[in-house]
Amino acid sequence: MGSVGKIILQRLALGLLTLLVVSIVIFTAVNMLPGDFAEAILGQGATPEAVAAIRRDLGLDQNPVMRYFDWLGGVLRGDLGTSFAQLNFQANMGATSLQTVASQIAPRFSNTMFLAGVTAAIAVPVSLALGILAALYRNSAFDKGANIFTLSSISSPEFFLAYVLILFLAVLNPILPSLSNIYEGMGFAERLERTLLPALTLTLVVTAHMMRMTRAAIIQLLASPYIEMARLKGISPMRVIVRHALPNALAPIVNVIALNLAYLITGVVVVEVVFVYPGIGQLFVDAVKIRDIPMVQACCLIFATAYILLNLTADILSIVSNPRLRHPK
Amino acid sequence: MIVLTILAGVAGLLAAAWAFRAIGRAAAGGRPRFRDMSFGEAFGWVFAAAALAFGVWLYLQEGAVFFRWAVQGFVIFSVAAWVFRTLGRHVGTEATRKLFRQMPLTAAFGILVILIYAVVAIFAGVIAPYGQEQVLANANVVAGGNPALGGDPAFPLGTDQIGRDILSRLIYGAQNTVGIAFATTCLAFALGGTFGFLAATLGGWLDQVLSRFVDVLMAIPSLIFALLLMTIASVWANQLGVPLTVFMVVIIAVIDSTRVYRLARAVAGNIVVMDYIEAAKLRGEGLGYLIFKEILPNATAPLLAEFGLRFCFVFLTIASLSFLGVGIQPPAADWGTMVRDLAQFINYAQFAPQAAITPLLAAGAIALLTVAVNFVVDWMLFRSSGLKE
Repeated sequence: MGSVGKIILQRLALGLLTLLVVSIVIFTAVNMLPGDFAEAILGQGATPEAVAAIRRDLGLDQNPVMRYFDWLGGVLRGDLGTSFAQLNFQANMGATSLQTVASQIAPRFSNTMFLAGVTAAIAVPVSLALGILAALYRNSAFDKGANIFTLSSISSPEFFLAYVLILFLAVLNPILPSLSNIYEGMGFAERLERTLLPALTLTLVVTAHMMRMTRAAIIQLLASPYIEMARLKGISPMRVIVRHALPNALAPIVNVIALNLAYLITGVVVVEVVFVYPGIGQLFVDAVKIRDIPMVQACCLIFATAYILLNLTADILSIVSNPRLRHPK
Repeated sequence: MIVLTILAGVAGLLAAAWAFRAIGRAAAGGRPRFRDMSFGEAFGWVFAAAALAFGVWLYLQEGAVFFRWAVQGFVIFSVAAWVFRTLGRHVGTEATRKLFRQMPLTAAFGILVILIYAVVAIFAGVIAPYGQEQVLANANVVAGGNPALGGDPAFPLGTDQIGRDILSRLIYGAQNTVGIAFATTCLAFALGGTFGFLAATLGGWLDQVLSRFVDVLMAIPSLIFALLLMTIASVWANQLGVPLTVFMVVIIAVIDSTRVYRLARAVAGNIVVMDYIEAAKLRGEGLGYLIFKEILPNATAPLLAEFGLRFCFVFLTIASLSFLGVGIQPPAADWGTMVRDLAQFINYAQFAPQAAITPLLAAGAIALLTVAVNFVVDWMLFRSSGLKE
């Protein structure tokens, strides 16, 4: 057990290091902007005094290294700064209370997590079941049909799937709402209903890969002698797969599930825009369009963190579930 | 209510499967076909029969216009792929005929679609009835060409919000979207392939530096990173007067070259340890000779498959960026942008199905090409791996 703990600690440390480097990359990328933020916020017609004031507020007169540590410190305290849209509003309209980036992101973040959760709750069991069935009836019409269907859905752009679902489930047969109008204090059932269509779209996107991997992992094992033994004992094919093959195939499957949940993070951006779902992806795209740097920076950091954490989880789970990795020679 | 209906349907199917097997056993006596049939297989048959019956019923419904179009499109493409494959089996040299004989229908379909796209993209200027930026008389002409329904025979797919012919824009979209994606993929391969081979051949600190750099870039989800860099590029594009599309090509090429680098380095790493490389080194061959004459020819097969897959990813990323409004910039016709601009037509699907088809056509054009490339790559991988399971 000691060695497992050590390996996991090593991976965690590596993950933290990656996060740190990623934050440097994001910060550097943003600092490659021409000119500076102050002019970008206030626009062309700003008075020099206003520009100087904002520059002082944002600490733009300090050197980049100091600013990076300032920013990083802020991020660690949960202070992601104030968005340009808000600063601009304050500078031009004289508003007193400012919404910080963190307070704007927080509700959106929980919405996105809800969407990802619903998607995972549908996609994981469905793809596992389909993968087991495809392995059980391999090379049958069902297997080939599932192969073509998943290959098609994996290679379609998310918005194509989204609009096809909208067309059939919202416009032609009004079963589900085509716009995910979600607000705070909404009942769970209603919220689920409005999340279902984007969740179904994302399910179509991620199911294919998970299913193919499940099938491949199981089939790879079917040639091994102990499966042959189980077959010769006269166990039914279903039981051979579920009891004997599946536990050994679990490591790659769990790995692929975690990787696909990480993929959800990119998929979520486009899908949220299509369904006007009030999540963090929508916020990110809006910020990109108006070049709201602090917001873009914060969203990017959150997406990258989630991505790294899920990859890390995949890594750790595959170590824990595989004795050969647990005791490296 | 819906849940109850579904549950009842499933229970009905289960019962029907049991009955199907029981009746089969009684009728066929002791034949192994039914005697050894598992319940799952029986269920599969009954389910397939039910799905087929439902499909036929739906096809005959008055309102199921889209379903009918989808089925017709599917049948037309299947027949075309079959004809194409049959043609390929009888025309051409012995080698190509042999290739076509072993080809599954999906791969024939993929090759056919890729050929059609290539022709449309190259000859877009000749095929398209109007220019891609040409603003014509009427805006929002409905597709279908029926004047009674708000169409116009001169514009079979209608016009968009500012009166540009949608058919022409779809055709030019093949040139712009596919062309840009192809150029980006080539650039990504040139970058990733060069550095990957260099890292594998030279090793040492260059390998370490490049690999760690790539690790960091790959830790950020690619679409998110692309969006971040596009934000910054859009400011630069304004200041320098360089089109944003150029920045997009470079950004996506760099991000995707990291994946190419990984593969190229791994593949080349396996080749570098071979004896013939050692022999070439002892002969005193230079780095260029080693990479181009010894490593590259032996790394073509995996790199070619990767090129197809990478093209799909690049193509989808560009389409997504354009759909989000930060990719290929108007007025150039591009499928992603067209989907976004025409999306609201979907809401008229109940009243005018032909109006709703236009955004789906643009999105479908993207999907069709990626599906086709994937089918071909799938087949290539299957052939090169020799897997039979």
